[in-house]
Amino acid sequence: MIEIRDLSKKFGSIDALNNISLNIRKGTITYLVGPNASGKSTLIKSILGLVKPTSGLITIDKEVLNGNYLYRAKIGYMPQVANFPENLTVKEILNMIKSLRDGIITYDEELISQFKLEKEFDKRLKNLSGGTKQKVNAVIAFLFCSEILILDEPTAGLDPVSSSILKDKIIGENKKGKTVIFTSHILSELEELAEDVIFLLEGEIRFTGTINNLISSTNKHNLERAIASIMNGN
Amino acid sequence: MLQKSIRFFDVTSRWIKFFLIAIVCFLNSSEAKTIRVGANYKFQTIQSALSFAVNGDSILVSKGLYSEGTIIIDKSIALIGESLPVISGDNKYEIMKIVSDNVIVRGFEFRDAGINFIYENSAIKLDGVANCRIEKNVFFNNFFGIYLSRSVSCTITDNEITAFQTKETYSGNGIHLWQCGDMIIKRNKIKGHRDGIYFEFVKRSSIKDNLSENNLRYGLHFMFSDSCSYAHNYFTNNGAGVAVMFTKNVDMHSNHFKNNWGGSAYGLLLKDISDSRIYNNIFSKNSCAIYLEGCNRISTERNDFIENGWALRLMANSMDNVFTKNNFAGNTFDVTTNSTRNYNLFESNYWSEYKGYDLNKDGIGDVPYRPVKLFSFISEKIRPSLILIRSLFVDIINLAENIFPTLTPEGLIDRKPMMKKIQ
Amino acid sequence: MAINVNILAKIIRYQIHDISRSFWLFIYTLFFLLASYGLITFSSDAPKVLISLMNITLIIIPLVSIIFGTIYLYNNKDYIILMLSQPIKRSTLYFGLYLGLVIPLILSFLIGIIIPIVFSKIDLGEHFDVLIFLFIAGIFQTVIFVSIAFWISSVYENRMLGLGLSIFSWLSFSVLYDGFLLIMIHYFQDYPLEKILIGFSLFNPIDLARILLILKLDIAALMGYTGAVFQKFFNTNLGIIISILSLIIWTVVPLILGKRRFAKKDF
Repeated sequence: MIEIRDLSKKFGSIDALNNISLNIRKGTITYLVGPNASGKSTLIKSILGLVKPTSGLITIDKEVLNGNYLYRAKIGYMPQVANFPENLTVKEILNMIKSLRDGIITYDEELISQFKLEKEFDKRLKNLSGGTKQKVNAVIAFLFCSEILILDEPTAGLDPVSSSILKDKIIGENKKGKTVIFTSHILSELEELAEDVIFLLEGEIRFTGTINNLISSTNKHNLERAIASIMNGN
Repeated sequence: MLQKSIRFFDVTSRWIKFFLIAIVCFLNSSEAKTIRVGANYKFQTIQSALSFAVNGDSILVSKGLYSEGTIIIDKSIALIGESLPVISGDNKYEIMKIVSDNVIVRGFEFRDAGINFIYENSAIKLDGVANCRIEKNVFFNNFFGIYLSRSVSCTITDNEITAFQTKETYSGNGIHLWQCGDMIIKRNKIKGHRDGIYFEFVKRSSIKDNLSENNLRYGLHFMFSDSCSYAHNYFTNNGAGVAVMFTKNVDMHSNHFKNNWGGSAYGLLLKDISDSRIYNNIFSKNSCAIYLEGCNRISTERNDFIENGWALRLMANSMDNVFTKNNFAGNTFDVTTNSTRNYNLFESNYWSEYKGYDLNKDGIGDVPYRPVKLFSFISEKIRPSLILIRSLFVDIINLAENIFPTLTPEGLIDRKPMMKKIQ
Repeated sequence: MAINVNILAKIIRYQIHDISRSFWLFIYTLFFLLASYGLITFSSDAPKVLISLMNITLIIIPLVSIIFGTIYLYNNKDYIILMLSQPIKRSTLYFGLYLGLVIPLILSFLIGIIIPIVFSKIDLGEHFDVLIFLFIAGIFQTVIFVSIAFWISSVYENRMLGLGLSIFSWLSFSVLYDGFLLIMIHYFQDYPLEKILIGFSLFNPIDLARILLILKLDIAALMGYTGAVFQKFFNTNLGIIISILSLIIWTVVPLILGKRRFAKKDF
C-alpha cells in the first residue's frame, strides 16, 4: 500500500529522516512510535506531501509522489494540533472540507453523533475547547471513508470516553479493510490495536515488524519495556 | 457777440483773463444746447453732431447701432446714450478718442474695437486730458477697453468691460492708465482682458469697489505708481492674480483676492514695494496669497489668509516688514522663505496650525509659533522636492524640525500667537 | 499549473465568511467610516476631504494590509496544514487565502468611505473622478501590500522576524524611500531631475499613487515646473499605462514569488 525507499529529509544540517525504507501493508494498523523529534511527524508529513523529501521515493498504491496532490483523496488525516479559521462555525468548517472533494455521495458522520457534536454545530470555532476541536478534527479525518487513515497523536487532548469512542472507530474502520497509521511519543492506550510497529529514533528506524516480534526479540514481556530496552541501546 | 466782448476785455493781467474764462464757461453752459442723434433726427451720426457742437453742448444719442470708424472728441461735450446705443469698431477701428478736457461719456455700449498692436486700439482712448468722466458704459469684445494716457483728474465709474480673447498676446487691458494723476477708478466690472486694470506711472489715484475677474494675466497690474490706493476691490480667478511693483507708499486694503490659482499665479505679487500698507484684505484659495520680493517696511495687518497654497512667500531681500494680527487658516504652507535669517517681524497673528496652549487665559499662546515648516523651507530652495508633498515622511521631518529647529530661520517666529481667530 | 477555479472559489467563499466576522475587520471598517464621516462633517470642501482621505488611504491601507497579511498566514498555519492534507493544489490554496483576505479588506475600505459620502450628499462635482481614482489607489495598495506580506511570511518561518520585516518594508515604502528621494534631490539640485523623479516614483507604489492623486487635484499647481513635467507625463496614455503596469507588477511579482516559495516549502 505505502512503500518508502531510502527516504531522507534534512532541515538545514539536521537529519530529520535518515535513509528510511519501509512497507505498510494494506489493511493493517501500524503504530509509529518514537520520542520527541525522532522524525515521526516528518515521516507522516512526507507521506502527505507537506514535507518535500531531500531524497528517496514514496509510493502509494504504486503511484510515486512527485508533487502531485490528487492521491490525497485516498487519505484521511488527523493532525496533531487542530486549528481552524476561528470565525467559522463547526457546521461551516465541515461543509467546507466536504466541498473540497467532488463526487462523494455518502459521508461517514458516525463520529458526530457519537461525540455529540450536533449541539456545537452553530458555535464558532474560537469558542470551542481544545478537546472539542480535536473531536472536529477526528470527524474530518474519517469523513470521506478514505482507504488510508493517518492519525497524529489522535488521543492527545481527548477525554477517556471520547478516546475509547475513537479507538472503537479505528478498530471498526480497520475491519472494513482500511489501512491505519497512528503515532504517539508516549505509549498510549491505543498500542493494543496495532499489529505492526515502527520504532523511530533520531531519524532512523530502530525496529520494524509486528509487536510480538519486538517483544520477543528484546526478551521483555511488554511493548513499553521492549522499547525502553531499545532506547537504552540493546 | 460774446467773442467780441472777450476781445474787448482783453487785458494783459493773467488773473483777469482767468476770471473771464471762468465766466465764459459759465455763460457757455447756461446757453448750452442739446443735440439729438438718431435715425429719426437731423443728425444720424455721432460724428456729424460732434462737428456741429461747441464746448459745453450735450449730445443725446438714441438707441441704435453706430458704426463710424474712429470718433474723435475734441470739444468739451457730454455724450449721453439713451437705452444703450451701440457704437461699433467693426473689429477694425479704435472706437473713440477723446483729446479734449471736461468730456463726459455715459450710457453706451462699445463693441469690437479691432486689434492693433502699434496703436493699441481701444474702445475709448483719452490722451492728454483732464476732468473727463467715463460712466455707466458697457464694453464688449474690445482690444483695449478704456485707455488713458498723460491725463489727470478723470473718473472712470460703473462701467462693465468684457472681452473674450483666450490668448494673452491678442488681448489688451480693460482699464489702462499710463502717466496719469489724481484718477478715480470706481465700481467697474472687468472680465476677460489681459490685465483687468493696468497702472503705470500713475500718481495719487484711487481704485475702489471694482470687480476684476477671469482676466488672462493680472486682475490689477500696478507699476511705478506711488501714493495710490486700491480698496474694496474683488480680484478673482485671474490668470496670475495681482502684481504691484516698483512703487512706494501704496494703500492696499479691504480687497478680496480669491481663486487666483495656477503654477505662476499670485493673490498679490509684490516686487520692490516700500512704505506701504496692506490691511483688512481677504486672501482665499490663491496658489500663493502674497509673494514679497525686495519689499521693505510694509505693514501687513488684519488680513485673512484662508486656504491658500502658500500664505506668504517672503524672499530673502525683504526687510523690516511687519505682519501682525492676521489670520492664517487652512493654508498648505503658512510662511516660506529662502533665507536662513529673518529681518521681519511676526507678532500676534492667529495660526490655525498652532498647537500650543494658553495657561494664563490671556488669549495669547504660551509657546511661540514657528510658521516656517522644514518642508516648506526646503521646497522653497529646491522646488522639485515638492513632489514629496503629503508624504508621511514630510510630516515626520516637519515634526522633528519643530522640536529641534536647525535649518529654518531662527528668528522667524511669532512670540505672541493668538489662540482664537481675530475678528 | 492550472488552478481549479471551482475549489478556489470555495476556499475564497469560506475565507470571506471567516474574515468578515473578524473583530479586526470590523474595526478597520469602522475606522474608515468614522474617518471619512469626520472629514466630511469637518469640511464640505471636496478637494480637502479628498486630500485627507488620500492621506489616510496611503498610510493606513499599506500598514494594515501588510501587518494583517503577515499575521494571517502565521496564525493559520495549522489550518493550512489541514487544508494541504486534502487533495488540493498548494497554489490553489495560496491564491484562495490571498483573495479571501484581499476581498474583505477592499470591501471594508470601500464601504467605510462610500457610506458617509452617500449620506452626507457632499458635492464632489468635478472631483468625482478623483474619488474613483482614490478607490483604485486604495484597492491597489491593498492587493500590493497583502501580496508582499504573503511573500514575507512564506519565506520566513519565524513570525517575529516576518512581522518585523513587514513593518520595516512598510516604513521603507512610506518614509525611508521619500527620505532617500529628498537626499537625492538635494545633491543633484543643479540638474534637471524631473524625468528621473518620474522614474523613481514608479518604483514605489505609495509614492506613485500619491503623486497621481495630487496631480488630479489643485495643489498640483504648487509644484510649478516639476508638477507640469509630471502632469505632462502622467496625463499621456503612455504615462497612464506605465503607472498601471507598475502597480500591477508590484502586485504580481511578490505574489508569484510568495506562491513559489509556498509551493516548495515544508510544513
